[in-house]
Amino acid sequence: MSFTTVVFYILSAILLLAAFRVITAKNPVHAALFLVLSFFTASGLWMLLESEFLAISLVLVYVGAVMVLFLFVVMMLDIDIEKLREGFWKNFPLAGTIAIIMAGEMALILGSPEAGLHTYPARAPLSADFSNVRELGVLMYTRYMYATELASVVLLLAIVAAIALTQRQRKDSKAMNVSEQVAVRAVDRVRIVKMAAAPVDTAATDEDQPQA
Amino acid sequence: MNWATLNLMPALPELFLLSAVLVLLVIDMLLDDERRGVLYGLSLATLAGCAAMQYLAWTPVPVETFQKMFVADPLSGVIKFFLYGVTAAVLIYTRQYVADRQMFKGEYFTLTLFALLGMNVMVSASHFMTLYIGLELLSLALYALIALRRDSVPATEAAMKYFVLGALASGLLLYGMSMVYGATGSLDIATIARVIASGNGNTVLLVFGLVFLVAGLCFKLGAVPFHMWVPDVYQGAPTAITLMIGSAPKLAAFVFLTRILGQGMEALLSQWQGMLMIVAVLSMALGNLTAIVQTNIKRMLAYSTISHMGFLLVGFLTGNAEGMSSAMYYAIIYVLMSLAAFGVLLALSRAGFECEKVADLKGLNQRNSWYAFLMLLAMFSMAGIPPLAGFYAKFAVIRAAANAGMVPLAVFAVLMSLIGAFYYLRVVKAMYFDDAEEDAAIEVRADMRLVLSLNGLALLALGVLPQQLVALCMTAVKQSLTSL
Repeated sequence: MSFTTVVFYILSAILLLAAFRVITAKNPVHAALFLVLSFFTASGLWMLLESEFLAISLVLVYVGAVMVLFLFVVMMLDIDIEKLREGFWKNFPLAGTIAIIMAGEMALILGSPEAGLHTYPARAPLSADFSNVRELGVLMYTRYMYATELASVVLLLAIVAAIALTQRQRKDSKAMNVSEQVAVRAVDRVRIVKMAAAPVDTAATDEDQPQA
Repeated sequence: MNWATLNLMPALPELFLLSAVLVLLVIDMLLDDERRGVLYGLSLATLAGCAAMQYLAWTPVPVETFQKMFVADPLSGVIKFFLYGVTAAVLIYTRQYVADRQMFKGEYFTLTLFALLGMNVMVSASHFMTLYIGLELLSLALYALIALRRDSVPATEAAMKYFVLGALASGLLLYGMSMVYGATGSLDIATIARVIASGNGNTVLLVFGLVFLVAGLCFKLGAVPFHMWVPDVYQGAPTAITLMIGSAPKLAAFVFLTRILGQGMEALLSQWQGMLMIVAVLSMALGNLTAIVQTNIKRMLAYSTISHMGFLLVGFLTGNAEGMSSAMYYAIIYVLMSLAAFGVLLALSRAGFECEKVADLKGLNQRNSWYAFLMLLAMFSMAGIPPLAGFYAKFAVIRAAANAGMVPLAVFAVLMSLIGAFYYLRVVKAMYFDDAEEDAAIEVRADMRLVLSLNGLALLALGVLPQQLVALCMTAVKQSLTSL
């Protein structure tokens, strides 16, 4: 077994373990950190395939940006995660059994000699001056231009959907509208009533009474 | 490739639709709440424009563009015309409903048109990557539309369930696609078909991937045993969005199925035929039997959808031109029926009242005999009673199965449609033979009244004269699936 194969199995084992802990960890912050670990090991797998650009962008985008934001949200919100997952451990034995059976079946099929995985030749190593970024860029903007444009439409849709779902006036919000406050004029707030300094006579008070 | 050789003509409707959505997004910002109705008119105008572009881009033979990632053929052309029509009907039917429920916002229209764009992309995809991106575009828009009514707990729950199960289905689909890529070395549907037919593909890997593809596809169709999300989402979502989920996406899902199994994996027919047969039998049985005990009419229609998808698969799994075209005809008729049924439910709902129970339809004939008649047409058509369109659709798929030598399956389908008739007739009984429990006036906008009436009468007309549409489906399938 070559060195890269050993590294591959170690990274895969860590990846699976981390992914499993993401769904079983009791503390949401721990779950998020395990997700970071699984992204990190996945980028290690890409590195083994000599796809450095994808590996680095996975770390930069997912670990650096998405997960930090996610951790931030998890820490800000006061969610009782145990209450949310009351049914989790009840259903776990059945779901776990099914998952193990499925994984076993898949392993039997793919591991059998008939699957012919051994007939696939090993990947030839890339030359030293091979640029991942250039190859990806060329493919994305020529051959896969249509798919790239569509992916940008998906991103636009995500923006529209996120704004539609989150932007609304909350009834219980006590936030103040700063621009309204700045633009306020004295006449909107204070009503100045001119009245005589002399003691009020009885006829005037009668007039102020609501009419029956 | 350079710009001079890039043929944009086949993708004209999609380009127009995308530009129109972008323009609508900007116009939405300039409008205040009172003038939001402008977007309604502009959305309908966009759909009319798309149909006109589709007419210009019509091609009798398949034309590929965008480096063979996009294909325009009669199958996609016919289905897209129906997609525009169905989406327009959905917008017209739901206008009053969404206005009554604080959902009449610009996003309602842009998300709907985004969903339509996703369906268009799916229908015209000739590459696994574009198939998948189209599907995600459609699904993301639908998740957001379900959750658009933030204050409704059932709607949020339905959106969450749909999202989680939809993500799982996408995962299965992608895993299957990656296996097919491993076996054939390509994601291009035509190339995959060629490699499989030449016998150079790794058969074990191909069938392994096929299992996941079929599972993912059945998830999206809502066929048993991948149907769990259908009743909850149909019931939980606002009726307007249920109408949207239950109509046009089914047409797109049919083409999705045809592109992957009918075009890409055509040579593996003997493998997927058996899988789909099990799914079809289970869907028809479970859908029809469970629908009997439902009191919520949205949930009942959800189980009825599951059984209709079973019938569609009965035609599809024959794998020949007759079966595929009958399945296409079934998909179109199913969409028209569910439009009519949900349309009447929307007409009966008003601000502060949701028409969701079978009991809410009691004595509808006394309150308004025309809507009762339209619902009667939809229910009889779904039950497959002649001379309505649903009868001919069922007849066509069952005949295709029998002609392909699958007589037991055909007999089973007939039996199941008999059982199904029970719960459709229960709705008719409630409308015509029970006394009305309320007498609130049924106020419906004139445009909706007109389109809903045409929709109901189309079920009658297509049942009496099905030949044109059947011939159209046959030509579309034969011209597009050249291997048949």
